[in-house]
Amino acid sequence: MLNNKGRVTRPQESTENLAEPQESYSGHKGLLMNEPLLFEVGGLDKTGVDLPEYVETETLLGGLERKDEIGLPGLSEPEAVRHYVRLSQQNYAIDSGFYPLGSCTMKHNPRLNEKMARLPGFTDIHPLQPQSSVQGALQLMDELSHWLLELTGMDSIALSPKAGAHGELCGMMAIKAALEAANSSRNIVLVPESAHGTNPATAAQLGFKVASIPADADGTVRASAVQTAIEENGAETIAGIMLTNPNTCGLFEREIKAIADAVHDAGGYFYCDGANFNAIMGRVRPGDLGVDAMHFNLHKTFSTPHGGGGPGSGPVVLSERLSAFAPLPFLQKSDDGLTLVEDLDDGESDSPSDAQPFGRLTAFHGQMGMYVRALSYILSHGLDGLAQASGDAVLNANYIRTCLKDLLNQPFGDQACMHEVLFDESSLADSGVTTLDIAKRLIDEGFHPMTIYFPLVCKGAMLIEPTESESQTSIDLFVETLTSLIKEALAGENEEAFHQAPVHTPRRRLDETAAARKPILRYESSSD
Amino acid sequence: MRYLPHTDHTRRAMLDTIGVASIDDLFEQAGAPLQQPPTSLPPHKSEMEVEQHLSALSGLNRAAGDGAFFVGCGAYRHHVPASVDHLIQRSEFLTSYTPYQPEISQGTLQYLFEFQTQVANLLGSEIANASLYDGSTGCGEAVLMAHRITRRKKALLSGNLHPHYAGVVKTLSHMSSFLVDQSEVVPGQAATADLIAKIDDETSCVVVQTPDVFGSLYDLREIADAAQAKGALLIAVVTEVVSLGAIQAPGDMGADIVIAEGQSIGNGLNFGGPYLGLFACRQKYVRQMPGRVCGETIDADGKRGFVLTLSTREQHIRREKATSNICTNSGLCCLAFSIHMTLLGELGLKKLAKLNHSKAVQLSKALSEIEGVEVLNQSFFNEFTVRLNKPAEPIVERLAEKNILAGVPASRLWPDQKPLDNLLMLAATETVSDAHIEELCTGLKEVLDA
Repeated sequence: MLNNKGRVTRPQESTENLAEPQESYSGHKGLLMNEPLLFEVGGLDKTGVDLPEYVETETLLGGLERKDEIGLPGLSEPEAVRHYVRLSQQNYAIDSGFYPLGSCTMKHNPRLNEKMARLPGFTDIHPLQPQSSVQGALQLMDELSHWLLELTGMDSIALSPKAGAHGELCGMMAIKAALEAANSSRNIVLVPESAHGTNPATAAQLGFKVASIPADADGTVRASAVQTAIEENGAETIAGIMLTNPNTCGLFEREIKAIADAVHDAGGYFYCDGANFNAIMGRVRPGDLGVDAMHFNLHKTFSTPHGGGGPGSGPVVLSERLSAFAPLPFLQKSDDGLTLVEDLDDGESDSPSDAQPFGRLTAFHGQMGMYVRALSYILSHGLDGLAQASGDAVLNANYIRTCLKDLLNQPFGDQACMHEVLFDESSLADSGVTTLDIAKRLIDEGFHPMTIYFPLVCKGAMLIEPTESESQTSIDLFVETLTSLIKEALAGENEEAFHQAPVHTPRRRLDETAAARKPILRYESSSD
Repeated sequence: MRYLPHTDHTRRAMLDTIGVASIDDLFEQAGAPLQQPPTSLPPHKSEMEVEQHLSALSGLNRAAGDGAFFVGCGAYRHHVPASVDHLIQRSEFLTSYTPYQPEISQGTLQYLFEFQTQVANLLGSEIANASLYDGSTGCGEAVLMAHRITRRKKALLSGNLHPHYAGVVKTLSHMSSFLVDQSEVVPGQAATADLIAKIDDETSCVVVQTPDVFGSLYDLREIADAAQAKGALLIAVVTEVVSLGAIQAPGDMGADIVIAEGQSIGNGLNFGGPYLGLFACRQKYVRQMPGRVCGETIDADGKRGFVLTLSTREQHIRREKATSNICTNSGLCCLAFSIHMTLLGELGLKKLAKLNHSKAVQLSKALSEIEGVEVLNQSFFNEFTVRLNKPAEPIVERLAEKNILAGVPASRLWPDQKPLDNLLMLAATETVSDAHIEELCTGLKEVLDA
């Protein structure tokens, strides 16, 4: 009901005497709510669920009943909804704005995919119920496999890896298994300096020695550098190479075929990090370039939501040389339909006699919920749409490159990039403003910053990945904003404003050093 | 194409700015060899067509909610309040990434901090991380962590550890060159003598699941003492976290590291994933812990805030010297877990646990009345094992034809162990009705008599 004494509001005629915004009593600022911790608002005597009554039975808990207070405060449903809605409002998201986080492929997440993943026949089925009762799920996995194999020109697939780094582990394990099957003691893995940190970490976890390969002045790896590394270490020691293509500088590895040949000639395998597959899907097939294993990040290329950092999904495609070593479980077709082979020792298995799976990477069968979303995305696009999407992603990155190339330095010279463009901070050298400052000012301007300080091969990296989801209008505003910030920095105006940014956020810059020095990883009530 | 904002007009304008004739030319300039695309792949489809196709595939599956359902063994069907799924689909949660820029990610960071506290309290440990992929991969990571802490390289697994979890550890052991020993399989009993006898001076860790894969519950104190006396760590594994509303927490019973599959709270069955791995341990091991961690700090104004921390352990800084190669966590699944746990609260969780135990006791009583069925467990929470008078797998298949999903035959998990062929593991959660139990018992009598 309207307040009948109210008046239509109207701003003051003069804006000269407008007061500065003040700290509020409540801690809230208009639409921006400050939200205490659950442990400060919840109660051990509160609950937001009404459960049916249980029948009193004897207790068969082996004398292990839990009698202590667990420390799990509850909230009623309205309080819980408000708590989490308020928290959500303190997050930036693709749905609210431009999120050009290089190497992360923050594209639009179609809501159809969410709806499909919640169909009861996908979300409410158990991984160990009889396979005869989940033929639709197996068909979906088979259909997704078909697309991923066709798009890459590869021979077989392991769907189960849970994320990109898990996929890397899977692919490198297949390589290790193949080497063992050949009684080989090869143990050197070549990794370019620009590689993502998961690459060397994965190789090291499997007992391989990492040999670093420098990039050339144009930011890509020369086949001759690979050849030199092979000769320095001895061809007989080379297990393989881990190469990201397009690489983490946003550049296509032009000599990839020659690199593959050099590694193959030495007797090694070629692992391709497919984190950047969004640049080439529907256009370039890694299998045709000599790749032996490659993981996808379904949460990047095929738009399964990033969800604040996960869950991911990292299927791996394998070349014919590695197919026999794919992990358990894998799909197999027969007259009765599809079977998920979970074990090779079941006696009745009619699995291919040459299968030598290296083992199991995870319980059950992988990230089904992500497979549904990815297939929904793929079917919506079709081959034509996927090729158009990668084309638009590359177009957008090159457009940004062209618009900013006179203001920001490209560490490897001005050249056509793939789906992301890399700048460094050298043109800001005398301004006192750093890459970090630019990123924090962008936050105040309503953008999520680009990836900063990665890759490590240049100083103050700014890696911008617009994806195909952005309109020209959206990109233009970003480019104009960044241009104005850089000009402001170069003009030497307002340096302090750069160092202090952001100011329009729920929190100002946070003390990460203090957080690491004396870690506080859980809530402790102050009365303890 | 509905997901692409560009028109031919804007593409033309942008190409002109760049100074190239076409997108293909950009690929050529960048050195990417354009290939003839594979032709067997179809063109794009309307939203309606995709929905029809995927709905048809979904319809070929027998959903748990379509009738009697008793399947467990590491994944459990619980009722999840409607508000959980609504909240995790908030754009700001669903479509954000890893909180690399904390000033605009406090929502994610605060729920991770709350999650870590809930997990540590639930598992009875001092600290927890912001989740791993799932329970089984968490188990593998825990073993690797124990190796780092003890500088030993032999893991000892309980024979009653879920075979998929053991499989993950064995894959890692083979690939990362460490040893694995395992005690004998003892269905229906919390037998620890063989396990304790196998602990020696080389053992880095003892891995024990409770409730174990057959449903038995363990007092871990004796194993913890035995392990720690030999300088080894006790890693406890929980695949059904609802049990911790009823039974003592592994951390409180002396486990050094506690791993759990968190799916039961907030997350659907999803045919095995995505799930979330809960990982907790003693404070003193914090710098050896894998995975992302969120910590409390203050901002420039002195206000409390949260950041990702201890990243010097992680691959993006340490590269080949990192504690683990893990980058991703299970963000959105953690959020679902945390919201559901907040709605339950201590009161709700304890009642939910009682309800589950009560259902399972009712089911065990009803089954033990049937000739040819023997309940093996002395103790259990919401899952137990029965021995049938004939192999369980064909029985389960026949019951599935009657629209009853009766549980997991042991042969599904141990295909090469004939003595286990007659065993069947059944779970009863709060979603099981009295009518379902009656339906199962009637059906089981019929197929056993047939």
